[in-house]
Amino acid sequence: MIYHPVLIVGGGLAGLRAAIAVHDAGLDCAVISRVHPVRSHSVAAQGGINAALGNAEGARDDTWEKHAYDTIKGSDFLADQDAVERMTREAPARVYEMEHWGCPFSRLADGRIAQRPFGGAGYPRTCYAADKTGHALLHTMWEQCVKRGIRTYQEFLVLSLTVREGRALGLIALNILTGEIVPLAADRILFATGGAGRIFGRSTNALINTGSGLAIAYQAEVPLKDMEFIQFHPTALFGTNILMTEGCRGEGGYLVNAEGNRFMEKYASKAMELAPRDIVARSIQTEINEGRGFGKGGAGGGYIHLDLRHLGAKKIKERLPGIRDICLNFAGIDPIDTPIPVQPGQHYTMGGIDTDVTGAAPVEGLYAAGECACVSVHGANRLGGNSLLDTMVFGKLAGDAMAESLAGNANRTEPAPEARTLLEEDLRKTRDRAHRLMAGDGTEDPSAIRDRLKDVMIEKVGIFRDRGTLTEALAEVRELKERVAHIKVRSQARVFNLDLVTNVELEGMLEVAEVIALGALQREESRGSHYRLDFTSRNDADWLKHTLAHRTPEGPQLDYSPVAITHYQPVERKY
Amino acid sequence: MPEDTFALRIFRFDPESGKDPGYQDFQVPRGGRSGGLTVLEALFYVLEHQDPGLAFRYSCREAICGSCAMYISGEWKLACQTQVGHALEGNVVTVSALPHLPVIKDLVVDMEPFWRNYEKVKPYLINDGPPPEKERLQSPEDRKGIQEMADCILCAACHSACPSGIANEDYLGPAALTKAYRFVADSRDTAREERLTLVGNEQGIFRCHTIFNCVTSCPKGINQTYSIQQMKKLVMKRNLGLQL
Ligand SMILES: Cc1cc2nc3c(=O)[nH]c(=O)nc-3n(C[C@H](O)[C@H](O)[C@H](O)COP(=O)(O)OP(=O)(O)OC[C@H]3O[C@@H](n4cnc5c(N)ncnc54)[C@H](O)[C@@H]3O)c2cc1C
Repeated sequence: MIYHPVLIVGGGLAGLRAAIAVHDAGLDCAVISRVHPVRSHSVAAQGGINAALGNAEGARDDTWEKHAYDTIKGSDFLADQDAVERMTREAPARVYEMEHWGCPFSRLADGRIAQRPFGGAGYPRTCYAADKTGHALLHTMWEQCVKRGIRTYQEFLVLSLTVREGRALGLIALNILTGEIVPLAADRILFATGGAGRIFGRSTNALINTGSGLAIAYQAEVPLKDMEFIQFHPTALFGTNILMTEGCRGEGGYLVNAEGNRFMEKYASKAMELAPRDIVARSIQTEINEGRGFGKGGAGGGYIHLDLRHLGAKKIKERLPGIRDICLNFAGIDPIDTPIPVQPGQHYTMGGIDTDVTGAAPVEGLYAAGECACVSVHGANRLGGNSLLDTMVFGKLAGDAMAESLAGNANRTEPAPEARTLLEEDLRKTRDRAHRLMAGDGTEDPSAIRDRLKDVMIEKVGIFRDRGTLTEALAEVRELKERVAHIKVRSQARVFNLDLVTNVELEGMLEVAEVIALGALQREESRGSHYRLDFTSRNDADWLKHTLAHRTPEGPQLDYSPVAITHYQPVERKY
Repeated sequence: MPEDTFALRIFRFDPESGKDPGYQDFQVPRGGRSGGLTVLEALFYVLEHQDPGLAFRYSCREAICGSCAMYISGEWKLACQTQVGHALEGNVVTVSALPHLPVIKDLVVDMEPFWRNYEKVKPYLINDGPPPEKERLQSPEDRKGIQEMADCILCAACHSACPSGIANEDYLGPAALTKAYRFVADSRDTAREERLTLVGNEQGIFRCHTIFNCVTSCPKGINQTYSIQQMKKLVMKRNLGLQL
């Protein structure tokens, strides 16, 4: 049986940073990923990573405390303030470390790391590598893993997590290349499986971001926190919903409606285009809904314009070359002379596996970091540039915590006998399940269920929500869950069976969707990204608390936990 | 054949069936959900509606993760970045796996030879000095000098397109050599000598015959031959005892 003292599920920034921490502490670990690590979604991040380096002109008196306050305010005060302070204090060290490891950050004239303004931030604090920051960071992180010879199991899809008596013992995974289903045992397990964006239509996320890690943890009865908070990015390219980074606005881009007006004036007269994402996304959607967008009534919803033309060819080519390429290749337009058609799109999963600041989940031996985790540092609305930071700060903290907790008794080379027995039991169950899926006489078409789910989530659990649409959404998701029990995997192949992969994922997507819809229905207030047309203001008296969803046979059971407040009492957000 | 469909001709190989590999045609509607249609979307259409056994790799669908390089209508392309309309020959788009890499199934190749060469060039920054408290300084010009090489997405299109590598798996190939130059040219790297020794031989830069297939095949517009030629110059200078 495959055994490592530490197993890390996920080869994105969070998983790889954790692996480096464990390795550097002298312990053996391995990374499991459904794709080669550099294919992880982190590679697609564009705009940058926040750290109060104080490099940029106009940012000299920036501090980690100011970064913390911007983050807390941006989160609509739902973030745990101790966790935020930890993250912003460690931000410069993580960024400098990536620089020392060779990350090709863009530079100021004096050779220091360049920084650009981002939404909701008081200073230009976002360090970047042109508009391909995720690519620069992930490749650098992978290079460091290669240097260290860190073991990876690539194209392994984890199917389930084995937990007994409150303790995580191992995983069952499908080797996509051979079709084998195998057990992997470990003493510490980290989930760094990324977000669940693809549950929604109009998502900016990679196609592999189906939230399977969240579903697997939840199915093992690990609670999910604050899942109703889904970030909608203001500017996704109309049609394909490929992201147009906030950096476009950071560099000075305008948002313009069909009447030719910079409408942000009405919604956030000071911050304008650089108000936090939830506010800008709602403003755009309001313009579209009230008939001031383009393409109203047409397929795919309407859009407005992201206008970069006044920035000029030089700046666009230098600072936003990736954006220009995407526009040329995917929309057939050149932003140097044509405004970009954009609409809000699902972008980020603020909620996730419930963890503390060391990444520990409420199950012994289990940890989570990155987008799949909820520490929480993003609360009800994440600031742009804080997520890449989150992956590295908490990836490292989780790696350190796992290594530390194992110190002195990590000399095992195989699993404890009782763990082995239990994993073999789960292996049989998982193999049976795959067998049933492939041999069953189901009649349901999985792609129809998947398409319907995405439509329901974006239309009824989207930017604007109310009791009526959320109730409908929940009922529909539950009906789809019924139907998914009757799908049949049509391909019998062992090698690279995509039909099996996508259908296993679909079951998990429905579980996670149910948690999101129920959390949104119960939360009768508006906070950050969660906007209720029937409860339009924030209600701190009743709702300044985290949602925790526990799986039961009857569906998710919700309870609530307090928000950690250190210095900053909640006030109304004004931008 | 109805007007609003086209034929997606896929080169199939199934290691489990015992059948000979060969082309198979699928009729696919032209308009996707969002109007245009990429080759990757067309492959998904086939997977979902016609052949659940089809195998291909994918992830970001926006030309940055490097998963879906293939041979499309006679050219090396990323499936996600290629509009069907641009790849039509008559009413047919032909797709096969990256040439010159072992095929696992359909459009999925064994990337192991590619990664092996990547690892050989020590693809990470080497700097003997202790790291400063803050960042190592680098001028915008020096940063610009590594931009293009650092933008490589490791999709293996160039590796697969390079004639010098066809019969010789040990030739480092354009991608690994570009990675090597990315560090040779990095003002922060101190292992230039070692790197030039690693690549300055007949399995490295001197096997490049400047055929430029790498450049034509690169979906990110990177000039790999430039990197290789720069290193040839440096190695020649070094061998002549000139200052690098
Ligand atoms: C287009 C785009 C642009 C962005 N730009 C920015 C930005 O500029 N700044 C910023 O701060 N944030 C940005 N973000 C957000 C940020 O990129 C992500 O939140 C972050 O990269 C997530 O990293 P991660 O390591 O948590 O997960 P990921 O990078 O998503 O990695 C997840 C890993 O888990 C693996 N995995 C998942 N499920 C399984 C399974 N069941 N079995 C095996 N392996 C599995 C995957 O293979 C993958 O390796 C952006 C997001 C998007 C969508």
